Amino acid sequence: MQLQYFLTVAAALFCIGIYGLVTSRNVIRVLMSIELMLNAVNLNLMAFSNYLDPVGINGQVFAVFVISIAAAEAAVGLAIVLSIYRNRDTVDMEQFNLLKW
Amino acid sequence: MTLGQGVQFVTFILLAAMMLGSALGVVLLENIVYSAFLLGGVFISMAGMYILLNAGFVAAAQVLVYVGAVNVLILFGIMLVNKRQAFTPMARTWLSQIATGGVCAGLFALLTVAVLNTPWSLSELTPIGEGAIIEIGKHFFSDYLLPFELASVLLLIALIGAIVLARREFIPDVVLGQPEPDALQLPERPRELVSVTPLNDVSES
Repeated sequence: MQLQYFLTVAAALFCIGIYGLVTSRNVIRVLMSIELMLNAVNLNLMAFSNYLDPVGINGQVFAVFVISIAAAEAAVGLAIVLSIYRNRDTVDMEQFNLLKW
Repeated sequence: MTLGQGVQFVTFILLAAMMLGSALGVVLLENIVYSAFLLGGVFISMAGMYILLNAGFVAAAQVLVYVGAVNVLILFGIMLVNKRQAFTPMARTWLSQIATGGVCAGLFALLTVAVLNTPWSLSELTPIGEGAIIEIGKHFFSDYLLPFELASVLLLIALIGAIVLARREFIPDVVLGQPEPDALQLPERPRELVSVTPLNDVSES
C-alpha cells in the first residue's frame, strides 16, 4: 500500500464534490456535495498521518476537528435551507437571489 | 494493521470502488432520497479506509457522527422540504455541465500529477495502531487544548443558531366562523398558505 493511492482517491472524491456543488440545483444536494469534499480532505489528513507521522498522529487530531466542524456546518446549513424554503417556497438554487444585487 | 499486503490492496480497491461509485450516485442520481442513502455508503466506506490507515478511533467517530448524525439530519431535511417540483429548465445547462466537468477533470489531473511527482518523506516508524486513542487524548489536553475548547464553544453556537434559524414564527389562529376544538390544536401553526374560504361559500359550492 502506498500513500499515493489514498491521495489519488481523495482527489477524485474532491473533484466529484466540486462537480456536484456547481451543477446541482437542489439545495440539499449541494449540502451533500460539501460533505463529500470535507470527507476527501479528511482522507488526505488520515493518509498523511499514517504515512508521514505515524507516531505523533497529528493528522488524526485534525480529522476529529474537521468531523466536528462538519457536523456543526450540516446543522446550520439545513436550518438555513429550511428557513429559505419557508420564505421562498422552493428548493431551486437558481431562484435563491435574495442577496443578488 | 497485521493484514498481508495483498489483502490490504484488495480491500483498498473494493473500498475505493464503493466510495467513488456511491459519490457519483450522490451527485448524478435524480431522486434525492437515493442520493442521501448513497451518501451513507460513502461515509461507511470512508470509515473502512480509516481502519485500513490504522485509525480505529476516528473510524468509529466517523460512523457515529456522519452516518448516525449528519446523514440522518439530511434525511430529515429532505422529509421537511419534500417539494416535488420540476425545476424550470435553464438555458445552456449542458454547456455549464460540460464546462464544470472539464474543470473538475483538469483539477483531478493536476492533483494526480502533483501527488505522483512529489518526493514524500515517508516515515520508517511503525504506526502506533491501537495506542492512537491514548495519543489523541494526550494531544487534546496538551497542545491542542485551545482548539478543543473552541470546538466545543462552536458546537454550542451552532446548536443555538440552528434552533433560532429553523424555528417557526408564532402565528395566531384564524377564527373562521366556528372555533376549532382546543384538543386538536398545536401551539405552532404551519406557515404554508391554506386557501381560506368562508363557510357559506363552501356550502354554496
